[in-house]
Amino acid sequence: MRGFPTLSRIMFLGFVRDRAAMFFTILFPLIFLIIMGGLFQSGGAPQSRLITIGAVPMIDLLPAQGRAEVDKVLQISRLDDAEQALTQVRNGDAAAAVQQRGDQVVMHFSAADTTSSGIVRSVMEGIIQAANLATTGQPPRFSLTLNQVENKALPQIQYLTPGILGWAIATGATFTAASTLVLWREKRILRRLTLTPVRFPAVTGARVLVSLGIALAQTVIFLAVAVGFFGLKLASHWWTSIPLILAGTLAFLAIGLLAGAKAKSVETANAVSNLIVIPMAFLSGSFFPLSMAPQWLQNVAEVFPLRHLNTGMLDSLARGLDPAAILPELGILLGFAAVITTLAVWLFRWNDI
Amino acid sequence: MQEPHEPADRAIVVKDVRKRYGDTHAVDGVSLEVETGEFFGILGPNGAGKTTTLEMIEGLREPDSGEIRVLGLSPWPRNPRLLPRFGVQMQVSSFFERLTAREQLRAFASLYGVPQTVADELLERFGLTEKAGNRVEQLSGGQAQRLSIACALVHDPDIVFLDEPTAGLDPQARRNLWDVLRDINGQGKTVVLTTHFLDEAEILCDRVAIMDRGRILESGPPAELVRGLGSATRIAVRAGTLPVEEAAGLFPDAEVGEDEVSLTIATKDPSGVLSVLAGKNALTGLSVRGATLEDVFLELTGREYRA
Ligand SMILES: Nc1ncnc2c1ncn2[C@@H]1O[C@H](COP(=O)(O)OP(=O)(O)OP(=O)(O)O)[C@@H](O)[C@H]1O
Ligand SMILES: [Mg+2]
Repeated sequence: MRGFPTLSRIMFLGFVRDRAAMFFTILFPLIFLIIMGGLFQSGGAPQSRLITIGAVPMIDLLPAQGRAEVDKVLQISRLDDAEQALTQVRNGDAAAAVQQRGDQVVMHFSAADTTSSGIVRSVMEGIIQAANLATTGQPPRFSLTLNQVENKALPQIQYLTPGILGWAIATGATFTAASTLVLWREKRILRRLTLTPVRFPAVTGARVLVSLGIALAQTVIFLAVAVGFFGLKLASHWWTSIPLILAGTLAFLAIGLLAGAKAKSVETANAVSNLIVIPMAFLSGSFFPLSMAPQWLQNVAEVFPLRHLNTGMLDSLARGLDPAAILPELGILLGFAAVITTLAVWLFRWNDI
Repeated sequence: MQEPHEPADRAIVVKDVRKRYGDTHAVDGVSLEVETGEFFGILGPNGAGKTTTLEMIEGLREPDSGEIRVLGLSPWPRNPRLLPRFGVQMQVSSFFERLTAREQLRAFASLYGVPQTVADELLERFGLTEKAGNRVEQLSGGQAQRLSIACALVHDPDIVFLDEPTAGLDPQARRNLWDVLRDINGQGKTVVLTTHFLDEAEILCDRVAIMDRGRILESGPPAELVRGLGSATRIAVRAGTLPVEEAAGLFPDAEVGEDEVSLTIATKDPSGVLSVLAGKNALTGLSVRGATLEDVFLELTGREYRA
């Protein structure tokens, strides 16, 4: 392909000299990672605060080992003024307040924060049941051991990194593809190039090469920061994320090309890209897990390549599944890229006149 | 398709080419021939159809009808055999974003497979060495124009198309470009340019075509067109050198007029008038101006503004 190396060089220089592009593809996602990584670094699930109003023998008389378990999830403090304790619960400063009157334990909670009051409630029920059992003097017959399927107490960073990295790659590939080609058309560079011996496959080929390079650079920088500063543990087969990232980049390039196919100006092309990338990032679980979304929404999310990239990268980077486990996602990404590229190339106006 | 024995000395042959945009007949039946090694100019007011004609010859736009041959080949659809043989400077220059002038020219050189040193020589030749390290966005209009022309020449093409190459150039750069173009033409290359500067066409072109409303009104060597106009030579001397009445009496066939600065005699017999004036020792502040291409142009295209 004549002109391919030259055009790649031109596009590479065009990218690294574009401060805005560098910011949005590298620095901005990194800031995101740092903020979110920092937020969650304080420890897996945040502790809920529980106030005991006066003495609560049920808790105070827990055996040392039991108390240690409880302290993992609850931060317990005593306050003798009931009125003050309830105010704190109302304000959300404490998850709940408990009071013991004889054999009756009363728990005060606010409906505003059901998650943490739910945690307190289940812990309290556990304590009471254990106490009931103890009074019968018989050893417990059934017991439940909780075990998270991921590595125990998998730090949040393991989830955050693949998601935000996926989003960063989607942004980089979609926007750079849309804007270079549309800019080149708008500024009549594509037209000027038709007069040289260069053919369009060399132009698109160069765009693909540069975008793949950018995606790999983003990956290296991201993983370095996540491993170095936030204790990300790379699973043993983490390298399987590389083919996933390359395939995902192709899919996002296709989206960018499609967004720019009919757009009259770079601004329009970027606006269209935004309309696609932002909802895609949310629905693909880049920022928070999709498991709490309703099922139909999860089904809708399956149409987005980012969803598959995120799933694949989570398997590869965080869950450490076998290399073969990523193959379905890889196939979907490549198929998506092929279909959308065909459509985009067919629709793309190369010439303004 | 291709005519078997296209005369080799015809670099460009255009036969009855038309192009319409909606109701606008941008090019409305243009025929022209440019010989190899010729310096050809297309003149015409704004919207005359110069760019459209040029871009159809370059193979950038498809003619609605008519026939075009460049070096015996059809430029449309995009003809890869033809592309390396001509160089194009477009009316609106376009550059790769965020490259320096040198990188820009070198990029074009490598797209054509030409050594980078050629690019550096061209920078020098177009007086851009000082600006070689500046981004193309930071070049002045004239500098960008020069860079754009340099990009058209980087692969040493046989035919050079220039769409208003001197627009926006200062007088030095304009004359410098003239030298470069004469030089290229001197090496046997064919040059086709459009321009609004009639002095430029008169000085540079072997032949010009005057276009308006999509048609060629007249074509030929500039001197011939001027002569064909048969217009008067204007002789002026300082006002008061000779009373107007006396002058009018002396030259009954001429048109005599006077303003604060000069007395003007428009005549078809300049030598007769001059000898009479010399005899009367009335040559103070003498200036003689023959008809120029500009007179031909205005005669043909009228003086009112065009859309
Ligand atoms: N792509 C287009 N779409 C619609 N109309 C066009 C297009 N290109 C040219 N025209 C019209 O065709 C006519 C000729 O335009 P052209 O650009 O060839 O003029 P020109 O002689 O080069 O003028 P100028 O001296 O201003 O450069 C104009 O009326 C113009 O509006
Ligand atoms: Mg024009």
